[in-house]
Amino acid sequence: MSKPACDNLLQTPLYGAHVAAGARMVPFAGYSMPVQYSEGIIAEHMWTRQSAGLFDVSHMGQAVLISKDRKHETVAAAFEKLVPADILNLVPGQQRYTQLLTPDGGIFDDLMVHRPANTEHSGGLFLIVNAARKTEDFSLIEAALDEGLELARRPENALLALQGPMAASVLSILDPGAETQRFMTARLTTLAEVECLVTRSGYTGEDGFEISVDAEDAEHLWQSLCDDERVKPIGLGARDSLRLEAGLCLYGHDIDETTSPVEAGLQWSVQKRRRESGGFPGASRILHELKDGPALKRIGLLLDGRQPAREGAQISTLDGQVIGNVTSGGFSPVLQRPIAMGYVKAAQANNDADLTITVRGKALPARVAPMPFVATNYYKP
Amino acid sequence: MAGERFSSDHEFVRLDGEEGLVGISDYAQEQLGDVVFVELPETGKTFAKGDQVAVVESVKAASEIYMPVDGEIIGVNSDLDDEPGIVNSDPLGKGWFFRIRVTDKSQFDALMDENAYTQFLETLE
Repeated sequence: MSKPACDNLLQTPLYGAHVAAGARMVPFAGYSMPVQYSEGIIAEHMWTRQSAGLFDVSHMGQAVLISKDRKHETVAAAFEKLVPADILNLVPGQQRYTQLLTPDGGIFDDLMVHRPANTEHSGGLFLIVNAARKTEDFSLIEAALDEGLELARRPENALLALQGPMAASVLSILDPGAETQRFMTARLTTLAEVECLVTRSGYTGEDGFEISVDAEDAEHLWQSLCDDERVKPIGLGARDSLRLEAGLCLYGHDIDETTSPVEAGLQWSVQKRRRESGGFPGASRILHELKDGPALKRIGLLLDGRQPAREGAQISTLDGQVIGNVTSGGFSPVLQRPIAMGYVKAAQANNDADLTITVRGKALPARVAPMPFVATNYYKP
Repeated sequence: MAGERFSSDHEFVRLDGEEGLVGISDYAQEQLGDVVFVELPETGKTFAKGDQVAVVESVKAASEIYMPVDGEIIGVNSDLDDEPGIVNSDPLGKGWFFRIRVTDKSQFDALMDENAYTQFLETLE
């Protein structure tokens, strides 16, 4: 599916569609990807919040972990050795967000995992991992498997994300079942005569769907969705500003091998059963932090004015003591002000606290704010 | 529009006697994407050609702006405070950054005129 381009960048099956739509292509995780189309990042961001944005995320890593005995219990037990989520008690079709962990309790990558909806696929777990980490992730997983298990990479699959308040209405024209598909579930279905695996989830804070299809069908599905006037293609620039407003972490920036899920504020993804029994890498650190609190905490920051603070900027108290760093920052099109995420010492991680962020030598006023910065719209009727 | 000259860093100068306006070209605003903030210099300060004089923050990143000629800052465009997007919509007009008084007009003559700048842009593609 991935074809090398002349400058050694891979292409997704939708490369031609992006170029034809006037996309500005940039290198990302070894792929040539659209950062924006002709209207620009802010317009694309607002279109996703108000209508339906279509994203090509085919560069991400898709794979199926399979137990040869075709039993969910077997594959779940194997995967639970690597992640802190409760995989065993996933019901058929249920999807969860979790992290691959390092022995020190840091985050190797974050990912989505779901148990297949159909019993004929029993003993499998579908994984979606970050593009920049997929090679490392799949190696890590494979190294941990015994002979009863195998990891089947799916490089021939494309992945499209349709996100926004109109997404369900758009998809339900192609498939009426989409309207009431439950949040964080997966379904096999047919869209525009194309077989797809559809999950109701995403990375924007909006209601939406992620659609896995064979590479050869991707462009047909992309065009069918773009034919709906409520849909516009959206680039990676807006994908980043959308997830930032939603308070979602970007691997390699807000989370990495040094950050634990507790420091990152992701303890909600460590279900109760796993907190009690452990049995995942770095459990002693993570369980200790769950009990006594972590040393650092990820916080949201709202800035005054319009000057953004970016990754690496120092965070200080009002009397000038440096207490942390920004890990992601930008401009919020919805709030019309700069927003940022970063880590500070836990004692300073208090909502409404006034801090400063140093940008080009100036101390900009900032206030600790809960996340998401912009209310989410997940489908929870 | 008449009278602008351009630097190879995509700033423009439009001189009227010894005073002029400085901003960025249409090519530059398109490369930058949506502008969200412009950090402008202080009035009264003097800069040499090539000095960093301003910073443009777009959604994705910050970009430095360099003085295309020697000059003293005699005014800044306060419209950019509330509407930085005019840099995108009208870079050579309402999206100007600051006004200067030049000391050496030959530096202006040494910049590229519109035709030369257009040809220069073609070499970048």
